[in-house]
Amino acid sequence: MLANYGYKDGSGDYYITIDTDKCVTCSDRKCIQACPQKVFEIITDDYDQEVASVVSDQSKKLKYSCAPCKPNVGRKELPCVLACEPKAINHSW
Amino acid sequence: MDKQFWRWKEYNWKEEKLNWKEARSITAGIDVGSVSSQAVILTAGKIFAYSSQRTGSDSPQSAQKAINWALEGTGMKLEDIQFIVGTGYGRVNIPFAQKAITEIACHARGANFMYGSSVRTILDMGGQDCKAIRCDERGKVVSFLMNDKCAAGTGRGMEVFADLLTIPIEEIGDLSFTVEQEPPPVSCTCVVFAKSEALRLLRQGWPKNKVVASYCSAMAHRVVTLLERVGVEKEFAITGGIGKNRGVVGRIEKELNVKALTPTWDTQIAGALGAALFAQALLEKTKSLN
Repeated sequence: MLANYGYKDGSGDYYITIDTDKCVTCSDRKCIQACPQKVFEIITDDYDQEVASVVSDQSKKLKYSCAPCKPNVGRKELPCVLACEPKAINHSW
Repeated sequence: MDKQFWRWKEYNWKEEKLNWKEARSITAGIDVGSVSSQAVILTAGKIFAYSSQRTGSDSPQSAQKAINWALEGTGMKLEDIQFIVGTGYGRVNIPFAQKAITEIACHARGANFMYGSSVRTILDMGGQDCKAIRCDERGKVVSFLMNDKCAAGTGRGMEVFADLLTIPIEEIGDLSFTVEQEPPPVSCTCVVFAKSEALRLLRQGWPKNKVVASYCSAMAHRVVTLLERVGVEKEFAITGGIGKNRGVVGRIEKELNVKALTPTWDTQIAGALGAALFAQALLEKTKSLN
């Protein structure tokens, strides 16, 4: 399942997509620790799978929460994307 | 008291032909949404009764009222229902529900029942959010996206317009098609600013039907951008209250160049129906374990 968390506003699209079919295969869940803003959490979804999800409080302010990891100059690979071994995390912006 | 143009019809319904006392299973789904609450009762997998009414400020009370109204006149009591699943914003505050499941999964399951297993893309236009969902032939979600950050493209937005223009909400859709030429959509998708823009257009002499057409068009465009993000695969269906607004549905179809499936049941009960179907599956699972 492709779970899109985030929003669209006048300034753009701000979605984090988690491919839960890939996520469910991971046992390390390094994304939780890797994110300095604590954007991710592990949940049991509607189909009883333990997968990563975006914390509900964060999903409406991702543009700002993720901003420290997305500087205009010298931007590197995002810590969450880098830490995710099954390559399940994707940012839309 | 002034007429409340936003107020949509609350209702309950029951299938007179079904004898619930002979049913092997009785399950229910309760969808406590931000604007409306629905309860659906299934007997042996068939829709037996349902209700739809406005959500109050108290979620447990709204859930209780919804199920009571669905039960009204059936002879069935709450205790006769073997498994209840709650969904919607208030799902965790339904004291008599055995499980809570998100409205995303429930709408997909409900649409699968309502429209058949061929449905692949579902647009749920709820009271205060909008969800684009893709599902498989069993109604399991394969992709979803939710906009609950702003009221653009939601039922509440339409209610605000109904009140502003003093047009009963049920008439807005048909009225929007009475324009000779399709006007450009209002430029602001934000409900607050769209309302200001509508007032400006009225002052400029635009007739109400043109303003309504302009807003329906903006709403359609807004949700189409969400749908495009998850990808639109045929067959396509719309659930939620706005699914009954022909003005918005018609314009979404035009933008997507896809005809939405014709609903056989009330589009507003899709979430509660999905919850009731989950309840049925969970009941069977529980029985098989015992």
